Amino acid sequence: MKNLITAERIRLALPAVSLAVLLVAVFYLQPRAMSYFGLNLLFNLSVPIALATIAQMLIITVNDLDLSMGTFVSFVACVTATFLHDSPLIGILILGAAIGVYALLGVVIYLRNLPAIVVTLGMSFVWGGLAVLILPSPGGAAPEWVRWLMTSKPPLVPMAIVASIIIATASHYLIMRSSFGVVLRGVGGNARSVERAGWSIIRARAATYALAGFFAVLAGITLVGLTTAADANIALRYTLLSIAGVILGGGEFVGGRVSPVGAVIGALTLTLAGSFLSFLRISPDWQIGAQGAILIIVLALRVLLSRSETSGAAR
Amino acid sequence: MSMVTSLFQKPWIWSFVAMFGAWLATIIFTGGQGSGDLAQAALTFAAFSAIVGIGQMFVITLGPGNIDLSIPATMTLSGTVALKFMDRTDLLVVPGFLIAVAVGLVIGAFNYGLIKLLRIPPIIATLSSSFIIQSAAIWTNRGLRIKPPSFLADFTTSSVLGIPNMAIVAIVLAVGAWFVLERSIFGRWISSIGQNIRAARLIGIPVDGVRFATYVLCAVLAAVCGYFLASFSGGAALNMGTEYLLTSIAVVVIGGTSVAGGYSNVPGIWGASLFMFLVVSMLNTYGAGAGVRLILTGLIIIGVIIAASGKKQA
Repeated sequence: MKNLITAERIRLALPAVSLAVLLVAVFYLQPRAMSYFGLNLLFNLSVPIALATIAQMLIITVNDLDLSMGTFVSFVACVTATFLHDSPLIGILILGAAIGVYALLGVVIYLRNLPAIVVTLGMSFVWGGLAVLILPSPGGAAPEWVRWLMTSKPPLVPMAIVASIIIATASHYLIMRSSFGVVLRGVGGNARSVERAGWSIIRARAATYALAGFFAVLAGITLVGLTTAADANIALRYTLLSIAGVILGGGEFVGGRVSPVGAVIGALTLTLAGSFLSFLRISPDWQIGAQGAILIIVLALRVLLSRSETSGAAR
Repeated sequence: MSMVTSLFQKPWIWSFVAMFGAWLATIIFTGGQGSGDLAQAALTFAAFSAIVGIGQMFVITLGPGNIDLSIPATMTLSGTVALKFMDRTDLLVVPGFLIAVAVGLVIGAFNYGLIKLLRIPPIIATLSSSFIIQSAAIWTNRGLRIKPPSFLADFTTSSVLGIPNMAIVAIVLAVGAWFVLERSIFGRWISSIGQNIRAARLIGIPVDGVRFATYVLCAVLAAVCGYFLASFSGGAALNMGTEYLLTSIAVVVIGGTSVAGGYSNVPGIWGASLFMFLVVSMLNTYGAGAGVRLILTGLIIIGVIIAASGKKQA
């Protein structure tokens, strides 16, 4: 029993527990949500948010922060709704180049010792500008296969849940189990010792940023699959949502301590919080504020739990 | 000559060089026409960025991870509450200002409460509180555009001896901030906390008190900026603070303040604020569309950062 409850486990359990509590509250308020269709509606928008959260988590793993996530996902959405729909080859080339830019950013930030916050801040203007150039007014159309994928109805469990489990499992194996993941977390934890052990920091950072770009591209594509159209501002709030999701899921800003499964759960919790508030019939004036309050409550609980844990261990 | 070389070793000089470049590029294009008007507009708009930038700089100097994302929401709430209270009455200008300051005090204390008592990382703490503040602003504002008292509207849009009043206010604040940071014990404390918080604690600096005061100061400056900006732009609007989130961070970093904390730079804030405005107006005079303008702004910010970091290492 003593070994079962560790601070580490509480840390991982808390996101899951808060998601469960919110879900029970939603079911209590709106029993009809407890169905295939209801769950699909509740979690529909969580797929792109979960993917963006994983992308942000990768950047946070190497102790950086991506403030351009929202504009980048918007840019990808605009490319998806135009080029990827009209001429898939060019679309794929553009998205590939965008991932290349992410890899380049990872290298430049490291080589010149630049503050990632400011570089990505600058990039957010660039992505935003490109998005406006591609799609000056809302429009475009989703490629058939994306639409098919996002509206498909697997038996028993809704698409959004299946997708979240796939995302969580894949990123868990990639980051927590693979040797690449170990190096990646090592760069965040102690870059110098990783370098002494013979790994190239430049290559690891380039790969991390490229992978983050790849997940963000997936976020943009799946988002268009849900909305069927795009505009240059479609995903601006993803920057803050993705950061909040990572932290809510038990991640830390420094030291390479992250949890991919937690991040996906964090993204689901944030999505659910929105629906929960509308079921509560909170005045729309206070909906954003209540979202902030939920974030604060969950984080406060985390502190209380870990505090009682450490005092228990001291005894 | 040695004075020139020592001048070029100052971290803030590059923001002024960049600012001058952007100004020159605009003036050459227009053939010198309207250069006076451009300088006036630049001083006025840069004043608002400088006020919030100074607050952000204090917070960033506290060390890695310290940042205030609630600045835009604070500006909106203080502008809304103050203007609603004054209700276009000139007599209430001073009490309205005090109310704006009070809004800042409460928000700053709340932010630091979250950071200290709940041990939430500052970025998430100020982000969550900004959601709540924003809701409060929506609730008070009700989507109406509340007009400022005519005295305040005149004050914020006119100038003395060719210098806009807002620029004078921001310059006074900048000089005050410089004095606090460079000449007072409080400023030394902020810098030493940013350089090494453990060492600062060990030598007996009241770390929590200083951090508390810094977050409050930042929120108060944002609130004051919101009060003036709402008066300047003819009323408080819900989105009036939005662009200042990025601007406040950008001017701090372009201005030569270390993002890792511990080293602040007041003159650079002004250089960077002027630069940010002049770049946009330069691209406007060149007839660039919204998309191109955004892309170039981003590339220029990154370029300045890369250039500045290279100079520091040399």
